[in-house]
Amino acid sequence: MKPTTLGAHRKAARDALTEPVFEKNPIALQVLGICSALAVTTRLDTALVMSLAVGVVLCLSNVTMSLLRDVVPPSIRIIVQLTVIASLVIVIDQLLKAFAWGLSRQLSVFVGLIITNCIIMGRAEAYAMQHPPRLAFLDGLGNAAGFGLVLVAVASVRELLGAGQLLGFQVLPLVADGGWYEPNGLMVLAPAAFFLIGLLIWALRTWKPHLVEDPEV
Amino acid sequence: MEHLLRLFVKAAFVENMALAYFLGMCSFLAVSKKVDTAVGLGVAVTFVLLVTCPLNYLLLHHVLDAGALGALHPSLATVDLGFLSFLVYIGSIAAAVQVVEMAIDRYAPRLYASLGVFLPLIAVNCAILGASLFMAERRYTLPETMSFALGSGVGWALAIVAMAAIRERLRYSDVPAGLRGLGITFLIAGLMAIGFMSFPGIRL
Repeated sequence: MKPTTLGAHRKAARDALTEPVFEKNPIALQVLGICSALAVTTRLDTALVMSLAVGVVLCLSNVTMSLLRDVVPPSIRIIVQLTVIASLVIVIDQLLKAFAWGLSRQLSVFVGLIITNCIIMGRAEAYAMQHPPRLAFLDGLGNAAGFGLVLVAVASVRELLGAGQLLGFQVLPLVADGGWYEPNGLMVLAPAAFFLIGLLIWALRTWKPHLVEDPEV
Repeated sequence: MEHLLRLFVKAAFVENMALAYFLGMCSFLAVSKKVDTAVGLGVAVTFVLLVTCPLNYLLLHHVLDAGALGALHPSLATVDLGFLSFLVYIGSIAAAVQVVEMAIDRYAPRLYASLGVFLPLIAVNCAILGASLFMAERRYTLPETMSFALGSGVGWALAIVAMAAIRERLRYSDVPAGLRGLGITFLIAGLMAIGFMSFPGIRL
């Protein structure tokens, strides 16, 4: 292989891995995978498990779809993608039920909803169907990182301000226990997730102004 | 009857799919720029929910549940296909959406044209799969399932139409550059969620 193509390969791989983290963050910019991002972020542990589960499914489904990309006729690709993703999610769900029953109960229907998490189908459709397995895997890893980063950031703020805890450990001593911190009840409720992600998008776009949307006409 | 009505109101307002459970968020944020497309999508989602929830109920109770296949042959009485539920649900939803799409194309071509690409996308709208999963988790009966599906659909449609109406007005306001588009939509959804939080105060 000539050095230039090798360099191009390296660049493609690096872009696949790092671009989705900030430049094309799945939640903040591609509007993918919002549902679970909002619902599982009241506590840090559920957010971590969710990012991990989505990451595993995303990488494996990207690799599988990339391997199948030359055999699957375009007309039935959606149903093939759904079958692959649903099978992977069943495996994750069974694993969670077997080894982390409590967390599995807390996540309730949201494990199953990984199937319709648009981030997975979106990446399979937009990237894995046109790229070789190695790049598709890196793209899955990068998107999982971007997704997990937002989830963990939002969940940390919500758990810290909402209950004074992180991962169940009391970080800020509560007034009720003789400490000084009065928990902010809004943070554990649904609207806080919207506000935090909205503010996160604002911060991200202020930091990288070329991501700002054009005014609607 | 009163019990079913209560379930309907609860599904539509108190436990609103979009604003309390965050389901169907992708299309809620992406297709809420205009009121008329929002109305079309809301109606289509309600309709698909009304078809798929009872369908998945029947599949769950007559095929997937532990012992359900015993009716077919006594030797199958110990079979539990519960672990296949995700695959079966998503399959039946995809098939139902396909049928609905063909039916609308055949009998209401104008509605079909106005919905366009959003119709097939309903298959991956998490509100649809979520309703089936909630139905299974809470062990609703068939009439309860119907009432729950209708309530969820109406609630989701209501939320997306309200959102679209607000966003149409937003065109005249001066939004800070970084918040334009997606950011301000999230903040509005948060305020709407606060509004919907007053519904649990209704004693049902």
